[in-house]
Amino acid sequence: MDRHEYSALELREGIARRDFTAREVCETVFTRIRAWDPKFKIFLASDEQGAYSAATEVDRKLAAGESAGPLAGLPLALKDNLCTSGFPTTCASRILEGWRPPYNATVVERVKAAGAVLVGKVNMDEFAMGSSCENSAFFPTRNPWNPDCVAGGSSGGSAAAVAADLVPLALGSDTGGSIRQPASFCGVVGLKPTYGRVSRFGLVAFASSLDQIGPLARNVEDAALLLSVIAGHDQRDATSTDLPVPDYLLRLKEGVKGLKIGLPREFISAGIHPEIKTALDTAQKVFADAGVELIEVALPHAEYCLAAYYLVATAEASSNLARYDGVQYGQRVSGDNLLEMYAATRATGFGAEVKRRIMLGTYALSAGYYEAYYKKALQVRTLIQRDFEQAMTKCDLILTPTSPTTAFSLGEKTKDPLTMYLSDVFTTSANLAGLPGVSIPGGFSSEGLPIGLQLIGKAYDEETLLRTAYAFQSRTDWHTRRPAMEEAK
Amino acid sequence: MDKNYEIVIGLEVHVELATDSKIFCHCPTLFGAPPNTQVCPVCLGLPGSLPVLNRQALVLAMRAALALESTLAEHTKFDRKNYFYPDLPKAYQISQFDQPLALGGSVEIAAPAGPKRIAITRVHMEEDAGKLIHQGAGGRLGTAGSSLVDYNRTGVPLIEIVSEPDLRSADEAYAYLIALKEILQHTGISDCNMEEGSLRCDANISVRLRGEQVLGTKAELKNMNSFKHIRSAIEYEARRQIRVLIEGGQVVQESRLWDEEKDMSYPMRSKEEAHDYRYFPEPDLPVITITAEVREAIRQSLPELPQARRQRFRQKYALNEYNAGVLISSRELADFFESMVDCQAPAQAACNWLTVELLGKLNAEGRRITQSPVSPEHLAELVRMIELGKISGKIGKKVFAEMFQSGRAPEDIVAKQGLSQISDPGVMRKMVDEVLAAHPGPTAEYRNGKTQTLGFLVGRVMQASGGQANPKLVNQILKERLG
Amino acid sequence: MPEITEETVKKIARLANLRMDPDETARFTEHLEKVLEYMRKLNQLDTTGIPQTAHVLPLQNVWREDEVLPGLDRSEALAGAPDVRDDCFRVPRIIE
Ligand SMILES: [Mg+2]
Ligand SMILES: [Zn+2]
Repeated sequence: MDRHEYSALELREGIARRDFTAREVCETVFTRIRAWDPKFKIFLASDEQGAYSAATEVDRKLAAGESAGPLAGLPLALKDNLCTSGFPTTCASRILEGWRPPYNATVVERVKAAGAVLVGKVNMDEFAMGSSCENSAFFPTRNPWNPDCVAGGSSGGSAAAVAADLVPLALGSDTGGSIRQPASFCGVVGLKPTYGRVSRFGLVAFASSLDQIGPLARNVEDAALLLSVIAGHDQRDATSTDLPVPDYLLRLKEGVKGLKIGLPREFISAGIHPEIKTALDTAQKVFADAGVELIEVALPHAEYCLAAYYLVATAEASSNLARYDGVQYGQRVSGDNLLEMYAATRATGFGAEVKRRIMLGTYALSAGYYEAYYKKALQVRTLIQRDFEQAMTKCDLILTPTSPTTAFSLGEKTKDPLTMYLSDVFTTSANLAGLPGVSIPGGFSSEGLPIGLQLIGKAYDEETLLRTAYAFQSRTDWHTRRPAMEEAK
Repeated sequence: MDKNYEIVIGLEVHVELATDSKIFCHCPTLFGAPPNTQVCPVCLGLPGSLPVLNRQALVLAMRAALALESTLAEHTKFDRKNYFYPDLPKAYQISQFDQPLALGGSVEIAAPAGPKRIAITRVHMEEDAGKLIHQGAGGRLGTAGSSLVDYNRTGVPLIEIVSEPDLRSADEAYAYLIALKEILQHTGISDCNMEEGSLRCDANISVRLRGEQVLGTKAELKNMNSFKHIRSAIEYEARRQIRVLIEGGQVVQESRLWDEEKDMSYPMRSKEEAHDYRYFPEPDLPVITITAEVREAIRQSLPELPQARRQRFRQKYALNEYNAGVLISSRELADFFESMVDCQAPAQAACNWLTVELLGKLNAEGRRITQSPVSPEHLAELVRMIELGKISGKIGKKVFAEMFQSGRAPEDIVAKQGLSQISDPGVMRKMVDEVLAAHPGPTAEYRNGKTQTLGFLVGRVMQASGGQANPKLVNQILKERLG
Repeated sequence: MPEITEETVKKIARLANLRMDPDETARFTEHLEKVLEYMRKLNQLDTTGIPQTAHVLPLQNVWREDEVLPGLDRSEALAGAPDVRDDCFRVPRIIE
């Protein structure tokens, strides 16, 4: 096995044993980035200098017998909506081009303190708005399994970086499926923690009541490792919970005997691709073999999730993105007076989808329409939350496909915004209800594209979620398959 | 002003809370720092930053609500008020909309026609905006070529106190502001320092024919920050509206700005359409639940309110309304007075020395009572020395001047300069005899029945003693020697 | 009858401070109407008396102590600004 195929845990062991140095791991990473990034367009900015100096520091500490942290020497890619002090953070938007935040996001502080080697910032849909990475203002990221297909979104860069074996670990953010959907498209593990589990401080906000940061990795163990580092209370985020954080690796292999998984009939009947349906059926057998009881549950308001989600998300976004006005940071397009400067800056700086969502959200909050749209969506959100509460009295987790399709072709859904929105149909409910969800590799289509399965857990119970995901992973080998990138070269 | 018309005024008062740090971040709230030196990612609204509520801001706001007899909400939350303006870095203000901190309440004011209660609509918390400096052509909005933004103020904690339209004149509005200021100062909620913008006010003004029940169309006067200007601005606006109506016109609902130099208001040009604030719940801040225990604890922690204190001063210390009012006008002054009384100074004399002598000197030097070089203990001691006849009132003023200069204790000054009153009858007789010997004419006249000359002789004795003779004793001994 | 007209789009664009050319206005009118038509499926649900969920998890009373901590240096605060004058952020003239 080549070193770039090592999992994070394997790399960690190798570095700790001094089989190889963190610096050597770093070299592997940048060699691969140079080889593959021009083809897949994953990185917005790589930080070779910073990475090497972090790796050197890890090697020094280990040589001196000092502890270097749980992520010592592990290469990690950051979605470009996580603030990095002094290093460009663009959210893949022209409006933030050139901006260097004067501070680090809490998660960035945590992974750095844990010894991770930050290799750079990766592509995304502009301001995390999109499901294909095609809304990046700079370029779309391509799927390592088929460069004519999208990587998914909005954390497409994070998923592709892991899938292409450029890095073993990446951080993404998930507002309506933005970690899970690209993870499923790229055949990797992607976890959205419970709302409040991971501090949002330093995550450039899209929709504040829905956004969560989470790990992407090639397997469940690595995702568990990274979650252990980033989870936990942060005084700087009033919505972060102060519950203790378990060591997610500790009980990962304890098995799932006796657990109950609910299958929501509303989701299964929705128009999903037959090959995905087959993967879901196969998964049920795998879980049954592992000692899980599968039951049918009802989420009666499931079909309203997407509409409620897009109203809440765009309303919050319209407010969160109002600050990009050319006064303090980022790009300014000059105008004869203040209002003209605002309007020109924002019209030029934002891409079409971002503008569409700002318009939609502004409308949903505006006088005369608030009750019919925004307020209605918050009420439906209550109903959806109650659905989950009800269902979770009967089961421990819920199983669905992650996405109704596998990765689609570039340009296939860009014409019609609604079609694109529909690819989030299974993922938005977990955000509306604040519940943790994970996408795990669950098969391949006849075209050789990965299929993802989604597990949704109870609030703050990422432990059971990961344990169940691991039980599935240990009985399947989907996660071990690698894209045949060499052939595509 | 046309007597056929009635003026109806409601005030929205913004008060800065006396916290050390801002409402949602750790930046200081100090006034007058160089531009953009009291800022951080949170109050600059940088992408990714998040607000966290300052507990002390909440405590002070709750205290204010209870002091205004307002009812604290069981559950209260923050909302975003969305609008674009360069002094607002996030393009929304974190404020409170449909679940404010407190509802109802009232303030008693000293209206020209006697005490009157003004109803409070609501009290809510919000963050302050930054400061704009308009450049060029008079430094005024509209004519300025560009504007500069200083975000030091951004995020300073405010409460907004909204009154019902219960005020009927500029004088009542003025009295309301005074009463409000007294309450907020006495309870330690705000220093209400007008020069530093700690208290600002918007006025909703309308006029109607007397006897009319329906409110007239209102205009809003924005952002006034001096009591004097508020009074003139309201008078100007009421007069303007009455004139419009008399001339058969209609008052336009609009926002107006007061021009302090020209003594007139002018309409702001912003379109009404721009004021669709699209309030919605602030997702970054969890809701606040105020339990009965917390509410009662805050209530217990409230000091005596100025209205009650004024009453007590009148009864307990037998002060008249005017004097009690002067003392209550600031908490520090009232506290100073009570400290003097605690040191056994008689109340009336303490009040006189404090409000006439000490305040007179402080005002002359533009200093506040908190900056007084004379402590309440020392001033009380001085008052007592006069009261006990240790020094005369006249000497007292000399001693006081020295105390103000040096901050020394009065006994110390009196002892060092030998200023204590001469009350020894032996010493006094000697002095009187010398004066009588030196002025044989008046002495003879007195003895011949022209008793008016006594005054002249008393004056001579006092003069001879350098003002230190006890005047009562002088009189008594003079009569005895002349008798 | 469509709820979204070009007039509505222009009004919303003004509120959101987005300059929009006629082509864009037409395109946004079409897109917004189409998306909102989908959103209106929520009207199938009777939500009378259903509370609104703005915060998904039952956190409350989260605060910090009133403590001053260092913030940014002025140079850091101004570093990203497109136009700076006299240690302040500068904006073009404000027409009320
Ligand atoms: Mg206000
Ligand atoms: Zn700050």
